[in-house]
Amino acid sequence: MMDMPVTRGFADTETGEQKIRNFNINFGPQHPAAHGVLRMVLELDGEIVERCDPHIGLLHRGTEKLMESRTYLQNLPYLDRLDYVPPMNQEHAWCLAIEKLTGTPVPRRASLIRVLYSEIGRILNHLLNVTTQAMDVGALTPPLWGFEEREKLMVFYERACGARLHAAYIRPGGVHQDLPPQLIDDIEAWCDPFLKVLDDLDELLSENRIFKQRNCDIGVVTEQDILDWGFSGVMVRGSGLAWDLRRSQPYECYDEFEFGIPVGKHGDCYDRFLVRMQEMRESVKIIRQAIDKLRAPEGQGDILSRGKITPPKRAEMKTSMEALIHHFKLYTEGFHVPPGEVYAAVEAPKGEFGVYMVADGTNRPYRIKLRAPGYLHLQAMDHVAGGHQLADVAAIIGTMDIVFGEVDR
Amino acid sequence: MSDALQELGQHIELKRPDCVLGWEIAFGELTVEVAPTSVVSFVEFLKTDQTCKFSTLVDITAIDFPEREARFDLVYHFLSMYQNHRLRVKTKIREDQTAASIVDVHPAANWFEREVYDMFGILFTGHPDLRRILTDYGFRGHPLRKDFPTTGYVEVRYDEAEKRVVYEPVKLVQEYRQFDFMSPWEGADYILPGDEKEGAT
Repeated sequence: MMDMPVTRGFADTETGEQKIRNFNINFGPQHPAAHGVLRMVLELDGEIVERCDPHIGLLHRGTEKLMESRTYLQNLPYLDRLDYVPPMNQEHAWCLAIEKLTGTPVPRRASLIRVLYSEIGRILNHLLNVTTQAMDVGALTPPLWGFEEREKLMVFYERACGARLHAAYIRPGGVHQDLPPQLIDDIEAWCDPFLKVLDDLDELLSENRIFKQRNCDIGVVTEQDILDWGFSGVMVRGSGLAWDLRRSQPYECYDEFEFGIPVGKHGDCYDRFLVRMQEMRESVKIIRQAIDKLRAPEGQGDILSRGKITPPKRAEMKTSMEALIHHFKLYTEGFHVPPGEVYAAVEAPKGEFGVYMVADGTNRPYRIKLRAPGYLHLQAMDHVAGGHQLADVAAIIGTMDIVFGEVDR
Repeated sequence: MSDALQELGQHIELKRPDCVLGWEIAFGELTVEVAPTSVVSFVEFLKTDQTCKFSTLVDITAIDFPEREARFDLVYHFLSMYQNHRLRVKTKIREDQTAASIVDVHPAANWFEREVYDMFGILFTGHPDLRRILTDYGFRGHPLRKDFPTTGYVEVRYDEAEKRVVYEPVKLVQEYRQFDFMSPWEGADYILPGDEKEGAT
């Protein structure tokens, strides 16, 4: 006997046109608008996104596991490889955590250099994000203009630490090396032409009809969404909340700088774009102030707090046996961190980047948890993108500012 | 700063004496320890109480202590954007115990709990979709447990003959090196090469 097909409801009376199933498609992992290796399973009803399920972990490198078997200093370069767009901002969080646990003071000059390079990192990140997001929605010129400025900033990175991306420049207790005066002059000289480029970008995008059509009222984030999904950074400020860790929980010497915190009104993709553009201008203000402070007499001095966790001066090592032993022990055994646990967070360009460090008194961390802002932003993708068109997904991923180095760790 | 935290700690203990097992302030951070069964109600209290108002979930993670009876520490971080303070909540979980999911209180907990399940194998009751998140499809084991080797168990490559990706046991050309930096004078419990006779006597 043959099985009879089971009919449910009135499906048998529907015409062929009415029998339309929802469509599942794979967005990525090789989609250029996925900003890296994101695989997203989208359920589409026509062109409307019904459900989206991001599959992450394609770039998972086990950073947290690797960190457990390396010394504190050896772990520092891993932080560069998390969010590889503004590398130094992550190192900063790592060093803050170590300094909090060991109680190491940071010399003023090092502190100023950290602020200077954190803001350079912020511009690096926002330039990449704003321009590639414009590319995702159809504009090709902005990335060409933006990357030219990024290139100049990379050169500043290179002149400070010798590497364009993997800096390893901010060290526990200060920064690796002092900046030459010429470099400080060049950074200052870069500021004005850069503001001109920003104005050009503004002219190109802000009132562009296509750009506005693709971004206005797309991916609206409300205050409740921010709380529910743990947003931070521009995702919060774009919706009108003036929340910035640099201002609300100042770390380093941010409390002595004057800068504004731009906020959006509608919380849509377009407002987040505007906030990022304005933040770059504020960063230039901070850079200028940092340069002035670096040139002032109080800004002179050593760039490492010389002690157990930092290397001795090179010249000292030529004459002092103790300095030589200290250097050798520091770079083989590493320094020991007293037991305890801390959570240190910085306002990274993408949001709150935190390092939760559990130390057990040895030269290696017992457990490290890296809290990446992009992880939470991507998690809310289903919530934010639901009900939008398929083409809007690319715009939303773009303004969420997702980089898989930090999401997958 | 620490005065305010002191007050906050006392306030929390006073309001929820049934949940709080203890609290301390270290390095300018407030840590509250609670029993695993009362996590959900405690987190809900933190969210709604006007003095606390911990509206944002920052992070959930776990720490593995294999030698302890209650093997895992489950660590929650909270932030209040309104009161501008932070809090850490810790709870101890045995290996055979399940934790309660706080997805209903904080939707952001979803992926964090999936990650903790993936990395430590802690099960969360009441979680809507407890799948692995960061590791490969079909991965076995829980990598952040201390007894999981850093090198893992399998390696992946594309096989030209079979025209597909194959999984094989890890083959190491050289033993994975874990350096021991302890000085032999500082109570090393092994015998250095060449010192074997010394140990025999």
